[in-house]
Amino acid sequence: MKALTFAAAFLTATAASASGTLTVYAPDYFTSEWGPGPKIEELFEAQCDCDLQWRPGDLLPRILLEGARTEADVVIGLNTDVTKQARESGLFAPHGVDLAPLTLPIDWTDEVFLPFNYGHTAFVYDTTRVANPPASFAALLEAPDDLRLVIQDPRSSISGLALVLWVRAVFGDEAQEAWAKLAPKIVTVTRGWSESYGLFTDGEADMVLSYTTSPAYHIIAEGDETKKAAIFPEGHYFMVELAAKLAGTDNPELADQFMAFILSEDFQSMIATGNWSIPAALPKDKWPEGFQQLDLPEKVLFYSEDEAAGLRDEAIEAWRSALSQ
Amino acid sequence: MAQRTVAVIAATALAALTLGPVAAVLVRAEGLAALGPGDWQALRFTVCQALLSALFACILAVPVARALARRRFAGRGFLIALLGAPFILPVIVAVMGLLAVFGQNGLLNGALSALGLPRLDIYGLHGVVLAHVFFNLPLATRILLQGWLAIPAERLRLAASLGLTPRARFMVLEAPLILRLLPGAFAVIFVICLTSFAVALTLGGGPRATTVELAIYQAVRFDFDLGRAAALALMQLALGLGAGLVAWRLAQGAGFGAGLDRALPLTVAHGRACDTAWLVAAAGFLLLPLGLVVWRGLPGLAQLGPQTWAAAGHSVLLALASTALCLSWTLALAGARGALWSLMAIAISPLVLGTGLFLMLRPFVNPFSMALPVTALVNALMALPFALRIVAPEVEAIRADYGRLRATLRLTPMAWLRLVLLPRLRRPLGFAGGLVAALAMGDLGVIALFADPERATLPLQVYRLMGAYRMEAAAGAALLLLVLSFGLFWAFDRGGRAGAAA
Repeated sequence: MKALTFAAAFLTATAASASGTLTVYAPDYFTSEWGPGPKIEELFEAQCDCDLQWRPGDLLPRILLEGARTEADVVIGLNTDVTKQARESGLFAPHGVDLAPLTLPIDWTDEVFLPFNYGHTAFVYDTTRVANPPASFAALLEAPDDLRLVIQDPRSSISGLALVLWVRAVFGDEAQEAWAKLAPKIVTVTRGWSESYGLFTDGEADMVLSYTTSPAYHIIAEGDETKKAAIFPEGHYFMVELAAKLAGTDNPELADQFMAFILSEDFQSMIATGNWSIPAALPKDKWPEGFQQLDLPEKVLFYSEDEAAGLRDEAIEAWRSALSQ
Repeated sequence: MAQRTVAVIAATALAALTLGPVAAVLVRAEGLAALGPGDWQALRFTVCQALLSALFACILAVPVARALARRRFAGRGFLIALLGAPFILPVIVAVMGLLAVFGQNGLLNGALSALGLPRLDIYGLHGVVLAHVFFNLPLATRILLQGWLAIPAERLRLAASLGLTPRARFMVLEAPLILRLLPGAFAVIFVICLTSFAVALTLGGGPRATTVELAIYQAVRFDFDLGRAAALALMQLALGLGAGLVAWRLAQGAGFGAGLDRALPLTVAHGRACDTAWLVAAAGFLLLPLGLVVWRGLPGLAQLGPQTWAAAGHSVLLALASTALCLSWTLALAGARGALWSLMAIAISPLVLGTGLFLMLRPFVNPFSMALPVTALVNALMALPFALRIVAPEVEAIRADYGRLRATLRLTPMAWLRLVLLPRLRRPLGFAGGLVAALAMGDLGVIALFADPERATLPLQVYRLMGAYRMEAAAGAALLLLVLSFGLFWAFDRGGRAGAAA
């Protein structure tokens, strides 16, 4: 009976929404009270005279399961790891947005997937615990084995996958040797980013695989300047988050309006302290203070989705076999 | 007979809810896909760690349960309840508590380095087993303790008046009890550890510690290879059922027969020091990490926003709904082989279950609107094996002991339920209800596919806080989760024991 009551309560709640409804699938962190979702909803609804409804949870797996009958109009929060599969599904339509305002460190010409924020993989450390952080990726490999690292599993985490591609991009065919040198320093591998970062803040590890933007949270929200990203001259792997419009949307005008809204200054200004990432279309002087003082890499490494798809299995296998020794 | 019909319906629902989703995934995937070499490595590790974990948890549970059964001291009831806490703890919270004790910066390593001894490294197979023993020792202990407490006082008096030596007493009364209950406990723990994922990965130290569940996660969430996911899920299911069958074969044996429900006279004079040592050790091992979760969570409590409190409310409602559902299901299924078949419910990969249910429901309803009912149902399903494990042996014993009485008096099914079964099941039902409610509180289950946009659950909220860098608030929310899970468990368990002399 309880279940029926729940269902009934919910049905009445959804029936009340107007016909001008835009349904957006988004990751959980995006729509939570600390994420940018609530403010973006408020700003967009003020200009569209519609009802924006977030649907948090899995993105691509859910859409692939639902197929053409998905009720999503737009999906936001996809990664480059899944764009190839998403594109081949034929479920997404061109975004039609002018890409000129983009301020990414790489060229972006994709007609389907529209970037809204980015960052780079980086090892983050605490200056009070690591006095001499490695100055390069090569130096990290040679660092003493009592430097404790925690990373994420490339088979269950996007940042973990970005790391194996990063190692592959820096060390090429010698990726496996690089992993063998890193292996003794890796305390453990976690399922996702949150667990790793928790271990790092609890003092279980000296450095954590995270993002170049992580220190900004500590600076802005906690007034703590002791967290830093170690910047390597070999370059850092580029991680971008994307939005896309569903081809089968029953509300194409509204979806287009939302896609255009993504690169607007209103939207972009919500990103830095909402999603703790760098806005994809906002000049640096408009970033919050804490972001402007971040150490960012000069060189950015990135594989196109086809290159990444070709390298992925091999890169994961190099990681797996080196760490399984 | 009505009772039989109910049992058949309950069993059909169980089979439909476990095998149905796998079938739905298989149909969608258009067949099974082949497994890679990494999958076989994962299978070996999974079985190995699950065997070791179940073995240690069961062996250690014997002296602990025995000490609890035969000692009386102030706060015993509270200690028994508290010792159950690790089992109902959400994984993410438990791992943090364990690391606060055994981790690099933990209490243990702090003490070791203060003494000038080398540090211990928790990460590896031993870390995985340690964590699983931490989770499951309470379960094994409680299963055994229930058995111990079910020994009728008359048998103990008889043993005392015959002047049995401690050894003889053990052989005559306790050993048969252990042999009857332990295989079941072993099987349940083995199956729980089979589907372990986050614990194994975090404490396992890397890809050596890959479990089948991780491979399924990768197949579903990353590769969208449903054929491989289904193949892995079936393998996991076969292993779980295999373990259940073996345990069921081993666990045959009669109970102790009926008694007059008199209060136990026992406190045994011998072995006091030994029992005390076991109790102190178990309490230290199980409660220290919990204490640290509480300690670390206190500062974060003040930072919890309205969304977190609302999530806590949803989780409690969800837990109560799951409990009502699960206990009805348990009573309906408590026949001879319900416990065995219900192992399917925990051997099935939650991810495949979620995906399958999504595929099954999708053509008929909007999965978003079904989020809470589906979550309540899945939680009830996942907790069913535990509830059955606790309740079914008691039902069987009651049937064996009072069946003749029932036949003689020609009790109607309702009268049997009301006058004999339910009053006698009060303690196990209370315990089972507490367990189900607490497990439902902590479960993330199928949330990823059936996320309710308006109503998050508390465990999800902990992850959200962590994902938003709010580690301190996450620790506070984790503490809230711990308190609520334990509170529900305590309330049910207490209700079940009210009026009982023990």
